[in-house]
Amino acid sequence: MKVLVPVKRVLDYNVKPRIKADGSGVDLANVKMSMNPFDEIAVEEAIRLKENGPVEEIVVVSIGEQKAQETLRTALAMGADRAILITTDERVEPLGVAKLLAKVVEEESPELVILGKQAIDDDNNQTGQMLAALLGWAQGTFASKVELADSKANVTREVDGGLETDALTLPAIITTDLRLNEPRYASLPNIMKAKSKPMATKTAGDYGVDVAPRLTVTNVSEPPKRTAGVKVADVDELVARLKAMGVPA
Amino acid sequence: MKTLVWVEHDNKDVKDATLATVTAASKLGEVHLLVAGSGCQSVADAAAKIAGVGKVHLANDAAYGHALAENVAPLIVSLMADHDAFVAPATTTGKNIAPRVAALLDVMQISDILSVEGEDTFTRPIYAGNAIATVKTSDAKKVITVRGTAFDKAEAEGGSAEIETVAGEGDKGLSSFVKADIATSDRPELTSAGIVVSGGRALQNSENFTKIIEPLADKLGAAVGASRAAVDAGYVPNDYQVGQTGKIVAPEIYIAIGISGAIQHLAGMKDSKTIIAINKDEDAPIFQVADIGLVADLYTAVPELTEKL
Repeated sequence: MKVLVPVKRVLDYNVKPRIKADGSGVDLANVKMSMNPFDEIAVEEAIRLKENGPVEEIVVVSIGEQKAQETLRTALAMGADRAILITTDERVEPLGVAKLLAKVVEEESPELVILGKQAIDDDNNQTGQMLAALLGWAQGTFASKVELADSKANVTREVDGGLETDALTLPAIITTDLRLNEPRYASLPNIMKAKSKPMATKTAGDYGVDVAPRLTVTNVSEPPKRTAGVKVADVDELVARLKAMGVPA
Repeated sequence: MKTLVWVEHDNKDVKDATLATVTAASKLGEVHLLVAGSGCQSVADAAAKIAGVGKVHLANDAAYGHALAENVAPLIVSLMADHDAFVAPATTTGKNIAPRVAALLDVMQISDILSVEGEDTFTRPIYAGNAIATVKTSDAKKVITVRGTAFDKAEAEGGSAEIETVAGEGDKGLSSFVKADIATSDRPELTSAGIVVSGGRALQNSENFTKIIEPLADKLGAAVGASRAAVDAGYVPNDYQVGQTGKIVAPEIYIAIGISGAIQHLAGMKDSKTIIAINKDEDAPIFQVADIGLVADLYTAVPELTEKL
């Protein structure tokens, strides 16, 4: 079985984003970029399915500027087998990404595509579901457990009230939640080895799909600031404040 | 503009998230509701009473009982021939279904909106709520998910909408429901509670959570939340998690106990009206957003607080 894992290069999750003064977006010049944390979990899950299950090959794919190849190298160092880089200088929205990925799926015929549930930059939580729709496949979103058996995937999903398990007919789409696994670190020898693993480079134009953005971002601004609070000296003062707010007790 | 709103329910009752979504949708125009489920006539009856609703579409079929996206998305797409926007709450159900609908309609979804600025312009949070983007769509049909805490709830009574039965294609045979493991709790629901008491890593284990956090929550009639650290360490179930990857809450009072205040956690609670932090580290980032801070050891301060309330 072949697994396709799309990964995204995003602002590192520890970095506090700086908003550009002209309101055009977040300043990404000279800041640390990393693989989207949910995508690391997706890569890890694919590797575990290869180590303990029916998966034979893991192909990772990323769409974006040339530098996204660093993100793909990270995935290769973790244990993916080969990579596809689709370069574009334009902003591509989840719908466009899903359309490009649908073309990659057509070429590669994986039986499973594992994506992160959301990218921590645009926080959309859309691409996996959109890809499933375009392919007419089943989707197992927000997965915290994946079991493959008899041309089915049993996926335990994190839903609002607790957990829900659905059985999906393969081929299928899975999107990862935080609890699915703990991603491994790439070891130095594996980072060296990853440099010789194959990486195909294409451009978004090669796929002949229209990925022009449908949404225009007219402004990006700071969220409203909270005013500085006070520190109370002891529990009694806190109780008094709570009671002043009309807290039932 | 005619909007179609996804009614979040458990085949018995309408969930609160629906009411805020109705308010957001009403800013776009005439509100129609979709109740898709199995044995859910009572949900449709309750939905018809929500103030400001023009019509309720009821799709009652075993295939829709668990809101599997593969089955309900085609149903929604067929109803979208007569509607201009599909609006769903940004719950796990809404987030699962809406993008599938959007792709089938070939439109870009606008996720988790905070406000409606015009019929094609919306604001939404990006970067874990560290920035607010204003976005304008050029799509003819709109697919939108709504952040429940950003809109007032529509009145659950007062309307008298007509209920129209609709049929879809039913089971697409791609997926099936196996089981659910739903956490039971007598406390209020986290996302709609007026007061939330949250614990973090400093609680050290689940016994302390039960012994220290829960009595305070019960005294206040509050819901219990947790930071990711507390969830990952197994002190509480996953669905307690407040943050970028958990639930977004905006209660009247949010009490953060033993939570440092990482940006991913703040993303889930910084719109709370009053934030109270109890932490023994006076440099913890949580104090930068807290209205009232108490620098103290939670193991003595919280039981004392519970007792004195």
